[in-house]
Order: sequence, then structure tokens, then C-alpha cells
Amino acid sequence: MTALAERAPVRTRDRRRRRNDTRAALAFLTPSAAGLTVFILFPSVLAIATSLFHWPTYGDITFAGLDNYAELFSARSDFGPALLNTVVFTLLIVPINLVLTVGVAFWVASSRFRQLYRVLFFIPVVTPSVATAIIWKLLYQPDGVLSWVAGMFGATPPNFLASPSSALLSVVVVILWNGFGYNMLIFSAAIDQLPEDVLAAASLDGAGRWRTMFQMKLPLMTPAIFFATTVTLIQSFQIFNEPYVMTAGGPGTSTITVVMNVYQTAFQSGQLGEAAAPAIVLFVLILVVTLVQWTGQKKWVQYE
Amino acid sequence: MRIGRRTARSANEVALALVALLFLFPVIFTITSSFKPNNEIFQSPPSLWGSEFRWQNYVEVFQNAPFLQYIINGIIQSVGGTLIVLAVSALAAYAFGILRWRGRDQSMLAYLATMMIPQEVLVIPMFLLMQKFGWINTWQALILPWAFGAFGTFLLRQFFSTLPYELVEASRMDGCSNWRTFMKIILPLARPSLAVLAVWTFITYWNSFLWPLIAVNDIHALGNVPLGLQTFFGEHGASWNLIIAASVISIAPTLLLLLLLQKHLVKGIATVGLAGR
Repeated sequence: MTALAERAPVRTRDRRRRRNDTRAALAFLTPSAAGLTVFILFPSVLAIATSLFHWPTYGDITFAGLDNYAELFSARSDFGPALLNTVVFTLLIVPINLVLTVGVAFWVASSRFRQLYRVLFFIPVVTPSVATAIIWKLLYQPDGVLSWVAGMFGATPPNFLASPSSALLSVVVVILWNGFGYNMLIFSAAIDQLPEDVLAAASLDGAGRWRTMFQMKLPLMTPAIFFATTVTLIQSFQIFNEPYVMTAGGPGTSTITVVMNVYQTAFQSGQLGEAAAPAIVLFVLILVVTLVQWTGQKKWVQYE
Repeated sequence: MRIGRRTARSANEVALALVALLFLFPVIFTITSSFKPNNEIFQSPPSLWGSEFRWQNYVEVFQNAPFLQYIINGIIQSVGGTLIVLAVSALAAYAFGILRWRGRDQSMLAYLATMMIPQEVLVIPMFLLMQKFGWINTWQALILPWAFGAFGTFLLRQFFSTLPYELVEASRMDGCSNWRTFMKIILPLARPSLAVLAVWTFITYWNSFLWPLIAVNDIHALGNVPLGLQTFFGEHGASWNLIIAASVISIAPTLLLLLLLQKHLVKGIATVGLAGR
């Protein structure tokens, strides 16, 4: 009886507070929601609409239906290579990045100067990608440092960026370098949060170093690995800046990417509708891969 | 045994230091090369330092290109963008992290979903929108389109939601409105996470390239540093010494921010990155 009498006023107070808060939340959310609608949601819809039209920068807009999509592989010789390169970039970058960053994160954690290393490896992340591209172009020059090093080891230095066989790999190295610090930082944070006592108990039970690593530490870090994989996948699909500045997609089409294809079609050829189609294809690709990731995570990601 | 372990430790430290040095070699080499005379940049064998220490490269960057203008433009865009992002995100984060209302978590999820839409998909419709607004070649076109992403809201919400609701209740007892609570209590407490978001946003705007490339015709008047750097690179194909000095100038502000605020920035990114799972 007394319990009920006490609970009732609490509930009304709760309800009043909620009503109060709802009104306030609406006000506090207005700028953000308005901006999100105008600058993200509306353009998203517009992107799909644009892809269904022949939409020149200047001139008449005519309905195209799915023509822009149908022509991607037939009339547009750049899209096929761009899609292929983008997928190859992603397939190379994601696994190499993850293996290296997890490895180095553990290595750095063993050092007394771990904080320093985290900052040092983060430097390329905050470096403007145009500057990154220029820096590496300097190193990759035929008479530059890397050719000299290759020559020292008796190798015939390739013309890194100018030969179709080495250009893509050379760009991959730059992108790996650029993104390295970000994932390493994520993994460093995860390593810091590993439960010391559990690991100590395991080693008391006679678990060796490799067993602790593969059966305890890495499984505990799967949420971080999942997050880093997702972000790196999405970023790899969106590669533009580095190849644009270093190779302009060349030689030939050997380093052209989907985003570069979108940019060139829209803003150099002035065909916005034709450019919107590959952009949508890219988005769907990202969406599908991310969804597969999300549904697959139950199989290997361990949440406590 | 003990000595053996200690040597192994030192060897490990030395090896790691060497790897870090190798990793940073491109940056180090670029900085030292920026002081070389042009004819010494490509040499066999390469050298770290030139025969003379040529400060003049930096002077000539500013003489040969409107680089000072690019820097000023970049600062205007970055500071303007950062202020808007901070204001908008903090307000929204108060609603998501502090206030209690029906549908809050679902709305937050919807916000997070918008982070999936890549900028690359939005550039064409955004360009059309800017044309419609008559904003091509304006500050607002450079700043506004990317100021409303959910990342800032999410980052601040993560921090706000760790604050006890009793704080808000207590301040209401004292007769504070939500606005006053937000301004006088929450914002001061959130200073570290606001700083992280500010630095990160500044860096993102400062480094932005694809959108300025699209939204700006008059690079001199509105171009930021990466855009200026790119045109400079195209026009001065021969004088590597100037291009390299210009690149170093473009790196300097973000590098400085990272080194000054490393503790907060690194911690902030690490924790938010993880929470983003």
C-alpha cells in the first residue's frame, strides 16, 4: 500500500520530466536535424534522381531511365578498370593494413615509449593527402631515393609511378602509410583495455605466449578489429586523392578509381547524370559489403 | 639470465625505434629536402642535407604563388567550419546524451546511419544544390555542406552520456533552464571532448581536397592549402625545392596541433573509434 502510494507521484514526475525533455530535445536538435536534412538526406535522394537523367552541367536535362547504369560497362570504357582497381585496392589494403597495424600495435605496447610511438605513427594521418602524395612522388622519382635503394640491392629500379605494372602497388604503399596510424591507435586502445588479471591467470595456467595471443588477446580485440575493418573497407572504396595527385589515374587506366571516374565524368566532362550512376553503384557496393560485415560479425566478434 | 632479458629488451627498443624512423623517413626527408637547392634534390647517392641550408625556398614559395592567401583561406574555412560543427554537435549531443525522451535511441541510430553515406556520393547533388543556391565559389559552399555530419554529435554524445542525470536535475532545482544547464554546466565539463572535436574538425577542413576542387573556381580567392598546393604542383613542375617547401608549410599546422594536443587527440580518437563499434 505504502509502496504504491510512493510510486505514483514518482511516475507522474517522470512523465512530466519526459514531456519537458521532449520539448527541449526538439529545440536542441533543430539546427543539426535541419542541416542533416538539407545537406545529407536531400542530396542523397537527389543523387539517385540525378543518376536517372542525362544531366549536363549546361544544357537540357532529359530522362534516361536506367541508361546511365546500362552504359557503365558498354559505352564507358573507364568504369570497368576503375571498378576493378577499386576492388583490387581494397583487397590489398584491408588485409595488409590490419595485419601490420595489429602487429605493430602489440609491438609498440611492449615499449616503454608507447605513447610517443602512437603519436609518431599518427603523423601521416593528419598530413594533408595532397602533401602525402607529393612527398611520395618525390621518393618515387626515377632519380629519387627509392630507385637508388633498389639499385643498391642490385634490382633494376622500376619507374614506380610511370609503369603500369608497378603504379598500383606504389599507390597502395602510400595509402597504407597514410592510414596506418589510425588503426594502430584503435588497436593500441584495445590492448590497453585487455583484462590484465585474466591474462595473468592464463599464463599461470601455463598458456604460452602464442596461445595467449591467438586464443585470448586477439579474440578479446575482435570488436576493435571489426570496427577497424569496417572503416578501412569503406575508406578503401573511396580512394581518390592520392592517385589523383600522383598519377591522375595513369599510366593508362592502371590507377583510376571509381571516385576518380565520378569526378572526371561530372566535373571534367560535365555529365552529371552519367557520373551519378557510378557513385550510386559505389554506395550500394559499400552498403552491401558493410551489411555482410555486420551480419557476419556474430560468427567471429566477441562482445563481453 | 637477467642480463639476457635486459639486452633483449634494449634490442627490442632499438629495433622499434629504427622501424619508426623508417616509417617517418618520407616526412623527415621532405623536411630536410625543403632546405636544399633545387639541383641537389635528386642526387646519387641521395643526401639528407644539401650543401647549403636554403631558407630562401620558403621565401620563394610565397613570392611565386599566393600561398599566404591559401593559408588565410584555409584558416577561414577551418575555423568557420569548426565553430559551426562544435555548436551544432554540442546542441544535438545534449538532446541525445542528457535529455530523456521517447525515441531517443532510435533517432541516434538514424543519425549514425547517415555517417554511412560517403561524401563521394554526395558531391554531385551537393554541387547542384550549391548551383541552385548560387553558392558556387562562396565561403558558405566550402563550409556548410560538411558541417552537419553526425560524427561530432556522436563523439560528444559519448561523453555527455557519461554525465549523471542528477546534474541536470540539481540544476533544474536551482531554477536553471535547459539552455542555462547546457551553457553553464555541461559545456564547461565537456571541454576536453570539445577540444578533441575542434582539433579533428579543423584538421579535416584544413586537409579537404575533393570538395574545394569542385566548389571553387577562383582558387586564388577561396582555395585552401591542398588546392593551392595541387595547382602549384602542376604549374611549377620543375622546381621541386619550392613544391617541397610548400608541402612542408601545408603539413606544419596539423603537425603542430597533433604534437601540442597529442594526449587529448590520441585518447579521444582511440576511445571514440572503439565506441563506434
